[in-house]
Amino acid sequence: MRDDVAMLLRRATFGPTASEVAAARRAGYAATVARLTSPAGPDRGAATAPVPDLGRDPFDDLPDPTVEQRAAAEATRRQHTDTIIRWWLDRLTVADHQATEKLLFFWHGHWATSIRKVGSPQFMLAQHQKMRAAPDVRAMARALVCDPALVYWLDGQLNTKDAPNENLARELMELFLLGIGNYTERDVKEAGRALTGWRTDLGVPATAIFFPEDHDARPKTILGATAAFDAFTLVGHLVNRPACARFIAARLWFRYGSSTEPIARSTEQRMVAAFPVGARMLRALLADDEFRSGRHRLVKQPVEWLVGALRQLGLRPAQLSGETLHQLTTGLGGLGQVPFAPQSVGGWPAGAAWLSSAAAQIRLGLADLLAGLAYAERGDDVDRMNPERLAEVLAVDTWTNRTYLALKRAGSARQLLTLGLVSPEYLVN
Amino acid sequence: MDPLTRRRFLLASTAAGGAAAVAAGGIGLAELLSTARDDRSTPDDRTDRLVVVTLYGGNDGLNTVVPYADPAYHSARPELAYEPERVLRLDDALGLNPVLGGLKRLWDRKQVGIVLGVGYPRPDRSHFRSMDIWQTASPAQPVATGWVGRWLDGTDASAEAAVSFEPVLPPLLVGERRSGACVAIGGLRLPPGVDSGMVAALGEVQDGESELQVRAAQAYRDLLDVDSLVRQADHREATTDPADRPVATATGGAVSLAAQLALVARCVEAGVPTRVFSVSLGGFDTHAQERVGQETLLGRLDEALSSFVDRLGRTAAGRRVTVVVYSEFGRRVRANASDGTDHGTAGPVFVLGPRVAGGFHGEQPSLTDLDAGDLKATTDFRDVFGALLASVLHAEPSRYLGGHLPKPLSLLRADG
Repeated sequence: MRDDVAMLLRRATFGPTASEVAAARRAGYAATVARLTSPAGPDRGAATAPVPDLGRDPFDDLPDPTVEQRAAAEATRRQHTDTIIRWWLDRLTVADHQATEKLLFFWHGHWATSIRKVGSPQFMLAQHQKMRAAPDVRAMARALVCDPALVYWLDGQLNTKDAPNENLARELMELFLLGIGNYTERDVKEAGRALTGWRTDLGVPATAIFFPEDHDARPKTILGATAAFDAFTLVGHLVNRPACARFIAARLWFRYGSSTEPIARSTEQRMVAAFPVGARMLRALLADDEFRSGRHRLVKQPVEWLVGALRQLGLRPAQLSGETLHQLTTGLGGLGQVPFAPQSVGGWPAGAAWLSSAAAQIRLGLADLLAGLAYAERGDDVDRMNPERLAEVLAVDTWTNRTYLALKRAGSARQLLTLGLVSPEYLVN
Repeated sequence: MDPLTRRRFLLASTAAGGAAAVAAGGIGLAELLSTARDDRSTPDDRTDRLVVVTLYGGNDGLNTVVPYADPAYHSARPELAYEPERVLRLDDALGLNPVLGGLKRLWDRKQVGIVLGVGYPRPDRSHFRSMDIWQTASPAQPVATGWVGRWLDGTDASAEAAVSFEPVLPPLLVGERRSGACVAIGGLRLPPGVDSGMVAALGEVQDGESELQVRAAQAYRDLLDVDSLVRQADHREATTDPADRPVATATGGAVSLAAQLALVARCVEAGVPTRVFSVSLGGFDTHAQERVGQETLLGRLDEALSSFVDRLGRTAAGRRVTVVVYSEFGRRVRANASDGTDHGTAGPVFVLGPRVAGGFHGEQPSLTDLDAGDLKATTDFRDVFGALLASVLHAEPSRYLGGHLPKPLSLLRADG
């Protein structure tokens, strides 16, 4: 019989360890859903990975840098970027409240903002903290509509009443809150006017700054309502639309349930009833029969694959050398998913996109690297590995004959581990 | 899964979930080649095809197509400028970088068109943003679709209509509902102790497996198939030069351009239904000691492009192929303190192939009338892509260029 508790953990977390699977089996499915979505007490594991203090952005107060100053500031930014990526990967690995961390990673891909354009690691970290702190979708939308990283990413700082820029307005409707088909071009234009007047300052990562003289304070008609909308009343208006709850439910299903099959009506209804609290919507999804049936498969995203492997092999990013970490993040780049750098405002791809032969090549190299690290860490444990024990460590239900035969050909425990990590059974949940 | 089912599945997974889901890649080369046998409705040798060559990193246009006769060029770049007697003269003002001998030969055969001073309004000097602009053809605001991707949408094209040989699908090929396919090439590198037999074993498909697991398994078979095809196609490139080996990178151009183009040639000659191929060469982000670095890269580009165009001329299908070569921006006119140049604006775009109207198109920007040290673009890049949409893909350009109405450029011969 398929193990629904193990599947639940694989979907809701970044890859369960064998002891986590065993504990969840004892607790049962419903209790595990409850524990995942409303964890008790502070996260002791996450507390060992405190948020880094980056200090000021090196470009702050450098309005006209010389070539040398620019080069030095860019080098500092690269270092800060490495710092926050390493920190986040570390936190994902050591956090006890795994479902909370995974949901936050979902939101990052949803409000996809990339450091590649934003430039400032301080901005990206401040945005991350805002998503982490927001209790529900409404609060998140309110915090992000004036978030410097998002504003800059979508050219909000260029949006003034004299020179409107619709970019942020369009993505608020299309990608963040409503979905295509639930608004018109005229709504986008009018919403753009509501968002005028915000500018960013590298010295103030906490918020974009409102300049009333650049704001268009006249009335706007948006989705049938006419008012002198501003950024906050606009997002409140959008979140109140029935389409918003359905859209967020569908996006969560796409990420946790299936990226190829649409959400079932009954699942959607349960999730919509839990809107706007993300963790409650997730709970409704995980508890839903359609999800629990095990009918749907998902491909692990590269970050899930890597962090899951780190957790299961007992490796911790904070303890890896700079060079090793660089190899891991370079590998993630090759696979197409680096934290803080979504591929586009549309977020990361899904499903078969992660299963190209190009990715297979890169994954083989990364798996070998991880297996080598695990072997260096605990050679004896690894040496005792056989296919059955490997399935338990990697929380794989069962190997197909194909993979079992491939594993049998491995000449060493390290190769066994490498093959397990790249096996189709491990890649597809 | 049989090829048809697999293709349907690929399309289904591409269509699901809107913009976030569109980057579905992962078609195997063997599968791609097999589509040539599936599709007999179009006579192969009469299909026009486009090859888009992306140079990642911002190629220095002024040292590619050199304004050797302009004193301003020499005074702005005392250490970096090429002596007039070394450039390969194209006319009395411009010449090619000395390492571009193959392109010069094609130029003399009228198979190279050079569009001068290509850029876009309000230049952005971020590599990623600027490359996004070229690939999405949307200079004013970021959009989630590339111009080829929108053409795939507009023509309801199948996945293999546009193919990339880069490790990660470029935004160029991403549409709203459709997207191109990503085919991996490059010499196979296996971890120590893991042999191709084990990888092949992982690639065996099992009865009753989920479709996604089938695809995961298939990726390993594709990896081996592709490796052997690449070795046949270009043994030397795929196996001997460590610098050409695929490494994980976010900036593309990780696989030898010659190997990518050799595969394009194979696909064209095999009659695959692919209309657009996307290939790339990376590493142009040179800021110091630029001359040596750029010459190495331009040398590779020259060898890869000229042998590719020569090969195209040998088959009827090849003679319907047009190549376009661009980079995200040029460099500043003045050299920096470390014998390099910093990110700039306009640069030349090359158009090559048997159908091309050879010669210069557009106007060389002035080296003295500058915009804060940068060249002023004389041609909008969307005019170049517009001409290719019209004459190679036979599509209405403005429909796929965000409403931009391109100025006509006669890049292809009227009789081509």
